[in-house]
Amino acid sequence: MSLQRFISEAISPWMKKGPGPEGDIVLSTRIRLARNLENYPFPIVASEESANTMLHYTSKELAKDPYQYVGNLEVLKMDDISSNEKRVLVEKHLISPHLAEKAQHGAVMLSEDESVSIMLNEEDHIRLQCLFRGFQLNESLVLSNGLDDWIEEKVTYAFDEKRGFLTSCPTNVGTGMRASVMMHLPALVMTQQLNRILPAINQLGLVVRGIYGEGSETLGNLFQISNQMTLGKSEEDIVEDLRGVVMQLIQQERYAREELIRTSKIQIEDKVFRSFGLLTNSRVMESKEAAKRLSDVRLGIDLDLIQGISGNILNELMILTQPGFLQQYAGKGLTPDERDVRRAALIRERMNLEREE
Amino acid sequence: MLCEECHQRQATLHFTKIINGKKEEMHLCEECARDKGEHIPGSNSYSIHDLLSGLLNFEQPMGNGGSHPSRASVPKQLVCDSCGLSYERFAKTGRFGCSHCYKAFDPKLDPIFKRVHSGNVRHAGKVPKRAGGRMQIQNQIDKLRKQMQQHIEQEEFEEAAKLRDQIHDLNENIRDGKGDA
Ligand SMILES: [Zn+2]
Ligand SMILES: [Zn+2]
Repeated sequence: MSLQRFISEAISPWMKKGPGPEGDIVLSTRIRLARNLENYPFPIVASEESANTMLHYTSKELAKDPYQYVGNLEVLKMDDISSNEKRVLVEKHLISPHLAEKAQHGAVMLSEDESVSIMLNEEDHIRLQCLFRGFQLNESLVLSNGLDDWIEEKVTYAFDEKRGFLTSCPTNVGTGMRASVMMHLPALVMTQQLNRILPAINQLGLVVRGIYGEGSETLGNLFQISNQMTLGKSEEDIVEDLRGVVMQLIQQERYAREELIRTSKIQIEDKVFRSFGLLTNSRVMESKEAAKRLSDVRLGIDLDLIQGISGNILNELMILTQPGFLQQYAGKGLTPDERDVRRAALIRERMNLEREE
Repeated sequence: MLCEECHQRQATLHFTKIINGKKEEMHLCEECARDKGEHIPGSNSYSIHDLLSGLLNFEQPMGNGGSHPSRASVPKQLVCDSCGLSYERFAKTGRFGCSHCYKAFDPKLDPIFKRVHSGNVRHAGKVPKRAGGRMQIQNQIDKLRKQMQQHIEQEEFEEAAKLRDQIHDLNENIRDGKGDA
């Protein structure tokens, strides 16, 4: 298969439309709702039979008439797909590692453009997620709310006046909502300002996580900002508080970028073009290095130092160079060393693809 | 706008916090925001398991006191009669077994929710349409039942029978899933 075709099949359609609002800093916005049915035990303690019944019942009910703004949903049962296919779905953020690895009778219902995913038998019976490109909290809230109403017409939710939507884990009870925004913050990292800002953000009940990489080490300067608290606040207020903080971060990142250009333009240019050279010429590349270099090049694109390459290259290649995707492209399992070679080749080819256009 | 903490630097960070429906606004400079942040012990790094087992260890016996524990003063084990999960097991795993666990463990949940959700214990968000409608009907049924009881006690059987029919109709409504009222 040609790389171009692989990419067009691999990347979710919702993402291919190019960067969304505030797309130079915000890559994507996501809202997730956790819901459970009233008369079934939660998936973690459910018997196999009960999990199976819940899956059949819910997927049948939801298939009855499609939600008008989303269209048909395709059902993928975890028991029916290979472990590498599951891995790819995790790398695309369409399912959780828990659903891929641990869930009993797990399934996901996906919209055609993959912007909507409904996981069944995850930690909760239903985990609904809406993904939008760029900074689109309102749009995400409206769509997830509409989908939630649509689901509630078909199945009976476990809901309590006092505690709200009842979830398996006490950290999700109430709204069951996790709203999150994925941001690229290279200038705040470079100028070491982010570490100063993080405690204030935590104090407001928001959490900042690196998206790729383990523990405190974050790859590609990509961060996910999301609400921690789900009880005692309305969905609108949660989203409003998150929006406020994200706006601040956007402003501060922009300011830091301007400062960098003003005070050390040649050093930034050097950094960006070195990374560009490495990405277009390397023969072996670890994921850690790839993330770092891709972040530099993306910054170079945003600062208009590099022209003719789409800003999407960062999100796209961060996903495509994950192990599951590399193996899918290769059509076989790969050792870590083989993956580093394949990764370098894929990045090289992808970078050149765009320059030729 | 000046920072409300130091009243010296410009407030560049504006936050709203809502705790149990009370809205608090904060306008801080970056430095004060950072300082305030540092007072939070461990910020968000606790795990729900640590939290729950911590609460369990601190727990006081609930019996009516006395220095010699008799059988009667040993606290009854909380168990969800719907899924069979014990409170002890819940505290170990940090996961409820079913929606009824929330009622079964209710007396012990406030401190947990307070810790996890910045002092909040009550839902303040969306009420689903159907469940919301059902709840209204249920509340009405409860009210009518009480009235019916009173009529029966006062031997006003005709009135009581009327209410009984109303209750019957409302119950049917719930059963048929017509909650959108
Ligand atoms: Zn101040
Ligand atoms: Zn239970």
